[in-house]
Amino acid sequence: MIAIDIKSKMYPAKGRAGHHLAIAELQLLLQSGEFVCLVGPSGCGKTTLLNIIADLDRDYEGSVNFKQHQTHPKIGYVFQNPRLLPWRTVRENIELAIEDNSSSENIDALLEVMQLTQFQHVYPERLSLGMSRRVAIIRGFATNPDMLLMDEPFVSLDAPTARQVRSLLITLWQQRPHTVLFVTHDLREAIALADRIVFLAAAPMKVIADMAVPIPRSERDDEQAIETFRQQLLHDYPALK
Amino acid sequence: MLISLRTAVPGLSLLVLLAVWQLLAVYLNSNNLPAPLVVGNVFWQGCLSGQIPYHLGVTLLRLIVSFSIAMLLGCAIGIVLGRNKKLDAFFDNWLIIFLSIPALVTIILCYVWFGLTESAAILAVVINKLPNVIVTIREGARALDQDLLEMARSYRFGKRKTLLHVVWPQLYPYIMGATRSGLALVWKIILVVELLGRSNGMGYQLHLFFQLFDVASILAYTIAFVAVIQMLELLVLKPLDTKAQRWRR
Repeated sequence: MIAIDIKSKMYPAKGRAGHHLAIAELQLLLQSGEFVCLVGPSGCGKTTLLNIIADLDRDYEGSVNFKQHQTHPKIGYVFQNPRLLPWRTVRENIELAIEDNSSSENIDALLEVMQLTQFQHVYPERLSLGMSRRVAIIRGFATNPDMLLMDEPFVSLDAPTARQVRSLLITLWQQRPHTVLFVTHDLREAIALADRIVFLAAAPMKVIADMAVPIPRSERDDEQAIETFRQQLLHDYPALK
Repeated sequence: MLISLRTAVPGLSLLVLLAVWQLLAVYLNSNNLPAPLVVGNVFWQGCLSGQIPYHLGVTLLRLIVSFSIAMLLGCAIGIVLGRNKKLDAFFDNWLIIFLSIPALVTIILCYVWFGLTESAAILAVVINKLPNVIVTIREGARALDQDLLEMARSYRFGKRKTLLHVVWPQLYPYIMGATRSGLALVWKIILVVELLGRSNGMGYQLHLFFQLFDVASILAYTIAFVAVIQMLELLVLKPLDTKAQRWRR
């Protein structure tokens, strides 16, 4: 279980003195192996929250507790742009993220699932955006993380590619059920992926709703079911519009 | 056809240069511009007697030592200044001052302060080159991709891995730039250093030939040096570049 409890996170205000409050009194509990989507308007501080969890940002009041591993939890971070090293091949990019270099079979298996085996010795510049995103996802999983953070990893992909990568992601996650915190502003995407969706409001960021997705995993590719649930959510929570 | 033309053009242009030189030499008919064949003969005699290899070797050794010191120190300081705004603000003026001191002044001061010694000569060259390296590498360190550094931190790369796989490849073009401009600058300064205070090396020899008005020898030594620098570019720097840039499309 992972307990996130942010008392406050301030940012210097743009163009004038003082600070403004980005996050206030945000509590979030994640069960291990749970796939949680964070949905909120852009600029509401979702990336800031992920950076705090990943220990990239320490300038805040509060705590992030990994119950089993108090000290150095392993984080897999899939950023909004893939952030691959252009001068290292696909395989080298994945290997570099792993602390012990002993898991070559593990990488083989991940490449297989993500359908990238024949591209493993290629440099990232030769990959399409969708393929680069898949490499970034593999890199996240390859570290065998205590928690996987994903920051709108499918943004700017065309719809069919996004659908394909989404389904590969779910296949992978079902084989290796790590705890995932997935940020998106696309409600349909959240419904297709998540066990649970947390809705956020901006300035300062706070939780406005937190609910399980009632659609069984086997029916998640049913566009109609997703759309019906989306309409119901929008009806129940007008703030989501 | 295209490829043969591309390889033929540099050779052809060299031949034209030689032809112009030959024509000028015949037209002027003066000791001040000996013909290419005369210079070639002097060069060959110099090689046979061991004079050219000896003095060239001494100068190259000074070049390698002073250049290596300047590059290593310059890279380290450049990275620190590029990543630390406060230190950069403090030392920025120093850099501008050192950049604008004429090479001749540093050389004379080093000889006055530390005597006509080998280490004073090397120090003078290092002081002249160092600010250039620092400024170039500082630019590179400022331009480091924050996203990639953040990625390295989140995946716990550690210092060594980050330096080797994230920082070094990004600094590489700047280091190569500093190397190329550095070699060109350093060897010109070394000649002056040798001319003023050493009793061997290319600079010393050129000074000697100048006093004797021996233009053929001056040109022979120049050709030897240019050839060595060209070989360095062709055999060391170009292959290094090709290897480091292989990931580019």
